[in-house]
Amino acid sequence: MKRSNLFRLMLAAGLAGAAVQAHAVDVELEIQNLTRGIYFTPILVAAHPFDQQLFRVGDPATTELQSMAEGGDISGLETAAMAYNANIISNPAAGLLAPTMSTSATFSTSESNEYLSIVAMMLPTNDGFIGLDTWEIPKEAGTYTVYLNAYDAGTEANDEIRGGGSPGTPGMPVPPPLEDMIGTGGSGVTSTINNAMVHVHPGNLGDADMMAGQSDIQNTVQRWLNPVAKVTITVTE
Amino acid sequence: MKLSTLRNVVLLGIGSVLLAACDHNDNKRNTPEPEPVTRTYYLGLLNVTESQPFSPVTALIHNDQRLWEVGESASVPLEILAEGGDNSELMILDGVTMAETGLAPLPPGYSEGFEFTIDEDDVAYLTVVTMLVNTNDAFTGITNKSLAELAVHDSITMMLPVYDAGTEANDEVAGTIPGPADGGEGFNAERDDADTVSYHPGVVSSQDGLPESVLMAEHRFDNPVARLIITRVE
Repeated sequence: MKRSNLFRLMLAAGLAGAAVQAHAVDVELEIQNLTRGIYFTPILVAAHPFDQQLFRVGDPATTELQSMAEGGDISGLETAAMAYNANIISNPAAGLLAPTMSTSATFSTSESNEYLSIVAMMLPTNDGFIGLDTWEIPKEAGTYTVYLNAYDAGTEANDEIRGGGSPGTPGMPVPPPLEDMIGTGGSGVTSTINNAMVHVHPGNLGDADMMAGQSDIQNTVQRWLNPVAKVTITVTE
Repeated sequence: MKLSTLRNVVLLGIGSVLLAACDHNDNKRNTPEPEPVTRTYYLGLLNVTESQPFSPVTALIHNDQRLWEVGESASVPLEILAEGGDNSELMILDGVTMAETGLAPLPPGYSEGFEFTIDEDDVAYLTVVTMLVNTNDAFTGITNKSLAELAVHDSITMMLPVYDAGTEANDEVAGTIPGPADGGEGFNAERDDADTVSYHPGVVSSQDGLPESVLMAEHRFDNPVARLIITRVE
C-alpha cells in the first residue's frame, strides 16, 4: 500500500474517533509532585481538541513549549491555547510546587475540548518538564488516576549548570527559593543534544560537590525516576 | 499520529497479497470467490530516548507464545538480538507466520512504521522488539500481544520499559557494546550475568562513577524508552 493511501486510512480512523458524541463536563484535578527533590514551576492545564496540543512526544518543541521547558514561562502556551478556545487552568499552585506537595483546581470543559494536557517545568533541570500528552477525558463520570513522566524538550543541552531561563540561554534558571539548594562552579555535564524531539528525560546526573565538579545539581537529592507526578481527575457531568 | 515522522512503511505479508492476485486471474471465468475477510493493522514505534539508537525494529506475528518472560532465561535468538541487535534468528522462530524488520537502526526521536494484513480467522499475536544499542544487552518491546480485541479504527498506545536480557554483564567496558558509543562486540555465546530476564537497572556511565565505562551521561535512560501505537485500520 502506498503511503498516500495509508494516510487517508489513518485520517479516516482519526475522524471516526472524533465523531463520537461530545459533551461538556466538569473536571476536578489534583496534581501531586511525587519527587524527592524537584520543584515544578507554574503548571498549565488545558482541555483541547485532539489536533491542538500543548506538545506531542516525538515532535519538535514549539517556541512556546521551549519557553516553558527552559524557563517556566507558560504565557506563550496559554496565549496559543486561548487562540484555539481551549479551557485552561493557569498556575494553580500560584508559583512553585515543592516536592510531595499537591495543588487542586476545577474547570468546565466545552464540547469540542475532549483531551487533557498538562505541563510544568522541573527545577533544577535545563529543559525538563512534567507532561500529560493529549489524554482522552473519559465520557463516564468517575475518578481517574494518571501518572506523569518527565520529558525533555530537546531544545537545550543538559549541562546542569547555573544559567538562564530565556530560550536559547544555556544553563538552568535558579529562582530565589532554590538558591541555596543548587551548587556552583560545575564544568558542565554535556554540551550536546542527541534527540531534538520531545522525548523521555534521561534524568539528572548531578555530583557530590556543591562548589565544583561537573554539575551544579546534587546527585543524592535532585534525581528522579518516572513517574514524577500523580494526577487525580474527577469527571462529573 | 504524525505520518511525516515515519521513516518508512514496510509491508508485512506481501506474499499473501500476490497470491490473492493470482487467484483472481485463475477464477476469471468462474463465479468469483467471496473476498476473504481481512484485518489490517498499522504499528508505529517511536524512540523516546536521549541517546540510545534502536537496532532495526522487528515485528512478528505468531502463535500464542511469549518470546521472553521476566524471571526466565533468555532464548538464544533473544540473546543474539539483545547483545548485538541481530534479529535474524527471531524472525525464523517456530510459530512465526509474518516477520518484518526495519531497514536501518532507529535513531532517538524517529519512528518506524509497519502495516500488515491478516485473515479474520487467523490467531494472531504480536511481538515487537529492538535492542538499545549503546548497552550491553538491553532491549525493549512487547511480546504475545493479542490483536483480537481491537475493533476497526481502534487504537492502543503503550509506553514500553527496558528489559535486561541477563546474558551479558552490564560492565559497559570498551569492546562490549555494539552501538556508536563503542563499536564493540555484539553477540557472544558466553553467559556471564544473571541468566534471567529482568527489568533493566539503567546504565551507569563513566560520568557517574564507573571508571571503565565507555558510556557518558547522555546514554543514561529512564523508563519508558519507546511509544508503540497499534491501530486497526480495516
